[in-house]
Amino acid sequence: MKLIFEKSQPGRRASSIPAYDVPKADVPEALRRERAPRLPELSEPEVVRHFTALADRTFGVDTGFYPLGSCTMKHNPRVNERVVMLPGFRDLHPHQEEEGSQGTLELMWRLQEILAEVAGLDAVSLQPAAGSQGELTGLMLMRAYFADRGEGEQRTTVITADTAHGTNPASVTMSGYQLKKVETDERGNLDLDDLRAKVDESTAGLMLTNPSTLGLFDEHIEEVAEIFHDAGALLYYDGANLNAVCGISRPGDMGFDIIHYNLHKTFSQPHGGGGPGGGPVAVRDTLEPFLPVPAVVREGDVLRLDYDRPKSIGKVRGFCGPFGVFVRSYAFIRAYGPGLRAMSEVAVLNANYMLARLRDVYELPFDRLCMHEFVLSGRQLKREHGVSALDVAKRLMDYGFHPPTIYFPLIVPEALMIEPTETEPKETLDAFVEAMRSIAREAAKDPALVKDSPHSRPVRRLDEVKAAKRAIVKFGFEEHPDLSGRPAEGEALEAQKGA
Amino acid sequence: MTYLALTDADREAMLEAIGVSSVDELFRDIPKSLRLDRPLDLEPALSEQELVEHLSALAAKNVSVSRELSFLGAGMYDHYVPALVDAMLARGEFLTAYTPYQPEMSQGVLQGIFEYQTVICELTGMDVSNASGYDGTTVAADACYVAKHVTGRTKVVLAETLNPQTRQVVKTYAPGFGLEVVEVPHRDGVTDPDEFRQAAADAACVIFQQPNFFGCLEPAPELAAAANDAEALAVAHVDPLSLGVLEAPGAYGCAIAIGEGQGAGNYLSYGGPHYGFLAARQDFIRRMPGRIIGETTDLDGERGFVLTLQTREQHIRREKATHNMTTNQTLLALAGLIYLSWLGPQGLREVGETCMGLGAYAKEQLGLQPVFPEQTTFKEFAIRVGQNGPDVIRAARERGVHPGYALGRDYEGLDDALLVCVTEKRSPADIDRLAAVLEEVAAA
Repeated sequence: MKLIFEKSQPGRRASSIPAYDVPKADVPEALRRERAPRLPELSEPEVVRHFTALADRTFGVDTGFYPLGSCTMKHNPRVNERVVMLPGFRDLHPHQEEEGSQGTLELMWRLQEILAEVAGLDAVSLQPAAGSQGELTGLMLMRAYFADRGEGEQRTTVITADTAHGTNPASVTMSGYQLKKVETDERGNLDLDDLRAKVDESTAGLMLTNPSTLGLFDEHIEEVAEIFHDAGALLYYDGANLNAVCGISRPGDMGFDIIHYNLHKTFSQPHGGGGPGGGPVAVRDTLEPFLPVPAVVREGDVLRLDYDRPKSIGKVRGFCGPFGVFVRSYAFIRAYGPGLRAMSEVAVLNANYMLARLRDVYELPFDRLCMHEFVLSGRQLKREHGVSALDVAKRLMDYGFHPPTIYFPLIVPEALMIEPTETEPKETLDAFVEAMRSIAREAAKDPALVKDSPHSRPVRRLDEVKAAKRAIVKFGFEEHPDLSGRPAEGEALEAQKGA
Repeated sequence: MTYLALTDADREAMLEAIGVSSVDELFRDIPKSLRLDRPLDLEPALSEQELVEHLSALAAKNVSVSRELSFLGAGMYDHYVPALVDAMLARGEFLTAYTPYQPEMSQGVLQGIFEYQTVICELTGMDVSNASGYDGTTVAADACYVAKHVTGRTKVVLAETLNPQTRQVVKTYAPGFGLEVVEVPHRDGVTDPDEFRQAAADAACVIFQQPNFFGCLEPAPELAAAANDAEALAVAHVDPLSLGVLEAPGAYGCAIAIGEGQGAGNYLSYGGPHYGFLAARQDFIRRMPGRIIGETTDLDGERGFVLTLQTREQHIRREKATHNMTTNQTLLALAGLIYLSWLGPQGLREVGETCMGLGAYAKEQLGLQPVFPEQTTFKEFAIRVGQNGPDVIRAARERGVHPGYALGRDYEGLDDALLVCVTEKRSPADIDRLAAVLEEVAAA
């Protein structure tokens, strides 16, 4: 399909701008634009057709089953899209005075209260724009907390699990901490001996996802918390997998001191092909003074923004955070009410059902009941038929499914990480299971069929090595390079896809 | 109301297949002491209709720009969003897709972001753009992080005329990044190139805003030159809607161009979600933060698009990644692309000219003392209102007009100053009304 620039015709346009009767103002010559940017020049119907064609070539949860592990691709209710477009929300300027934004402040305050209850913690800031920014914020809170206690110089290390999302170690580095990694034991829990050996007076904290990216709840989490708290360190909860435990078990009760939520996972903000998201943080009362400003506070019936927080880390994003995301997540939660527990129960039921129906065909590295997701290994298919996890993923496309996350977590070879979420009907789960079983049979009988897949998408497998080598990252207009040559040599990049 | 699908019969069949007798049993790995023994203390569930009623009641407590004639700007702008943007963004495929990890499933969104990257490079005169950042504040912190690694230096210089929130965010990130932040005060509303040159010595980067927070046009080419003389990266924070009339940062020697995309295709939405953009010269392509889409071919040699240069990223490089960013603002950036495709180069120039023309008209009609009379302004300008800014705002709002942003919140000596913003959505008649209201307030 053509790029929008290849459809462009000089002099064509879709826009009309009001023509006011005011004199033109001059731009000083030294600052005036010399060459116009080559924006697309199309009529409105052409713009509509272009983006409609792009939508047709994109697969969302609306299109079909999307069991991308650790990404929690649940249904995005349409009523949430309606309420976010209410003019009182959509057209509210963030510098509007507090008297003129009481509805917005109330919504944020209510959402804070709800999130605190779900986490079992005391205070919430909605400001971070995404889970990974929530992580950075949490680490900045740790830093500020220890600096305030005079332990800033001493606490230099943060510990993560070997199953952690890549964001955890990246956040540790970005926030100026040293990283230590702790191993996973044969049950899929943190290895307590390894952990004890690594926690000391230089430890600032632990970052942990629980249930882990293996989809397993850490059975020793109370001991883990004790080890850190005894050393004067803090526990950070990566909320990526919170969908497993809403109303069932609370991070604050597990011993965590800081948590980030992924509003685009647990609380159904549509992910829009990569964003937006929302990464609020919640903390124990001892950490509240350090939360970002402004805080949304309630005084009687009046809500206001409180900037007077002398110990605050400052601001991590503009204004109060991605407000439209809050509207959708708030609406989602209010639809369930205390029934959020049923949401998590069904997410876990669905995952265990699929696991039960697949474990005789794909290897299960940790033989336990899972939580909201599970990780299988395609190692046997690879060894016996040369069919990799990537091949299985691509073949699933031909069955009409989005593939699961693959090659993650890193400790499972040929990992296939499957997260059905709570909103899928049993028929869909069954159809996916049948597809996975069918692909395992195909791998034995006709491996080429699987290895050449997908056969049904607008493009065949794409050459990621060539993309990285050539690094063509924008349209070249007159100097457009010819990429039509043979696919690049070299190993296919077995990068994790998902999570 | 819930969005669940299982029937009682489904549940029974599923529990049997798993080999457990109850859903509770599925949670046996969670220690009993950690299981919540009561329902969550949340308000009862609402039906869809009740939900709409409840949220409508909350929204009605707000006074939006559709209810009040507003001249607020200061970083967020009430530009017109064409119907086309809403219609295309409502497509469920765009709305409900995740990050395009599996390119064969996601060619549409990948191509869209490739086109977005192209448009950002065209606007800014840069070689490479990422697939978007969180907003116009965080991209500034991102630029500092890039500059630190590129130059090996640990000082960053911010013009005081850079949006105060952007400066605050950089300062929040700085300790973790190991950066020291130095600010350069303004002289009569703009930055002095000589002072900037001195501050830039040994700096990783300098950041200035064009047009600046006061709406004034900075001597941007001279500021970039000052940075380049000191071998610090010149970073321009630009308003995308000014780039039809103002020169592109790439054309006057900047290394990195960043900005807030909201005004180009996103609603105000009380500050988010929006998109920040970050584009740079080719030299920095492997230090860029966040996602980047690249062109390639499939097995048949057909053109296609993928996430590329992933060895920079957290999921591959983990603690050695160039950034921890995962989620970005793809949908909002796509809105930006659709908006700019609607606008076209001519439309972009016209919006810029219209804003500038209206701004000049407003300055004249208001007849109040400009704070920086010597400066050329784009769509915002600072005026003295003769009384405390917040008092004037209160009095004007009682008359149905929000006159602008109180500059005393961020700058000393400007307690009696307002920052007034006019976009193409404010007509000359609207401006006349503002003038009348401010006159009334002054007389009261």
